[in-house]
Amino acid sequence: MKISEIIKKLNLTVLSSGDFLDREINGGYVSDMLSDVLANSKKGNIWITLQTHLNIISVASVKDLSGIIIVNGRKPDEDSLKKAEEEKIIVLSTNERAFQIVGKLYEFGIGKNNEDI
Amino acid sequence: MNLVSVKIMKTFKADLHVHTCLSYCAELEMTPKNIVKESEKRGLNIIGICDHNSSENVISVKKCAQNMDLDIIGGIEITSKEEVHVLALFDNEKSLHSMQQIIYDNLIETDDEKIYGDQVIVNDEDEVLGFNKKLLIGAADLSIERIVNSIHELGGIAIASHVDRERFSLISQLGFIPEGLILDALEISNKNQIQKFSDRSLPIVTFSDAHSLKDIGRNYTSFSMENSTFDEMRKSLRGEEGRKIEI
Repeated sequence: MKISEIIKKLNLTVLSSGDFLDREINGGYVSDMLSDVLANSKKGNIWITLQTHLNIISVASVKDLSGIIIVNGRKPDEDSLKKAEEEKIIVLSTNERAFQIVGKLYEFGIGKNNEDI
Repeated sequence: MNLVSVKIMKTFKADLHVHTCLSYCAELEMTPKNIVKESEKRGLNIIGICDHNSSENVISVKKCAQNMDLDIIGGIEITSKEEVHVLALFDNEKSLHSMQQIIYDNLIETDDEKIYGDQVIVNDEDEVLGFNKKLLIGAADLSIERIVNSIHELGGIAIASHVDRERFSLISQLGFIPEGLILDALEISNKNQIQKFSDRSLPIVTFSDAHSLKDIGRNYTSFSMENSTFDEMRKSLRGEEGRKIEI
């Protein structure tokens, strides 16, 4: 599924890299510990977190994630979004909780065929 | 004739990360009298009192150690919004209090007696003065950068807590040390982990993170310096003019 489709379905706000929304999502990962995301997320995953620190952009870049959804209405600071644009990392936001977002993504079929859990 | 002044360095055993009964997760036995008695018994020269997000027992521990050969450094183990623990150490009450106020302004209260009932403020005679109703086990709504900047603006020392642990550490929460974050040292809990962090060009220290009496001084760092002032400690961390630290 393309990122643009989940943006529409989940009513997400695009905070950065709006030119790359046709990127494909092959699964998802949810965690607020960046060390865990570095260790366990997979290339092409959409990452759901409440962290907003600049380091999330580096982690998404290093792991080649398809994008980041920041939950609970948290807003990343300017530095993070500037770096996201530079690194072409898609950052999305929602007022919903991680539980709701992950549940809906799963209902759309994202991650259902993943064998890696 | 050129005279070269030779500085005589002494070694001080420092455990700068000790909790008191103000921390919800610490044992009630962590009272000022017990802490200073135990620290002396373990041969420590300097201890740092760092409760979670508060410094309200520092003054009592200082009073308690007044006539002892033990220096007390006032501090706070602050939890950032990323849930990173960082030690903030200060050489004066005013700066410590200012730091505490910044945290309190960004920390919620709790009305759960099961929690605040274990956040005990005591005097130097180990008598209960009251309970702290801030949610000290929570996270201040401040970024790690903002906290470290405030520590330095107030003249303090900022040390990332137990970076080798899998929870509440700079590394567990943020994956790696953020670019541009100016720390004075990294604290590790297990000395054997030093190799993992020795390439960061930051001083590595180890302290006990004691939550009970038996743990005080289980890890300490030796500071080689002229005397036990705060400024000398800072110089030792930086390795200035023959001063050094050893774990």
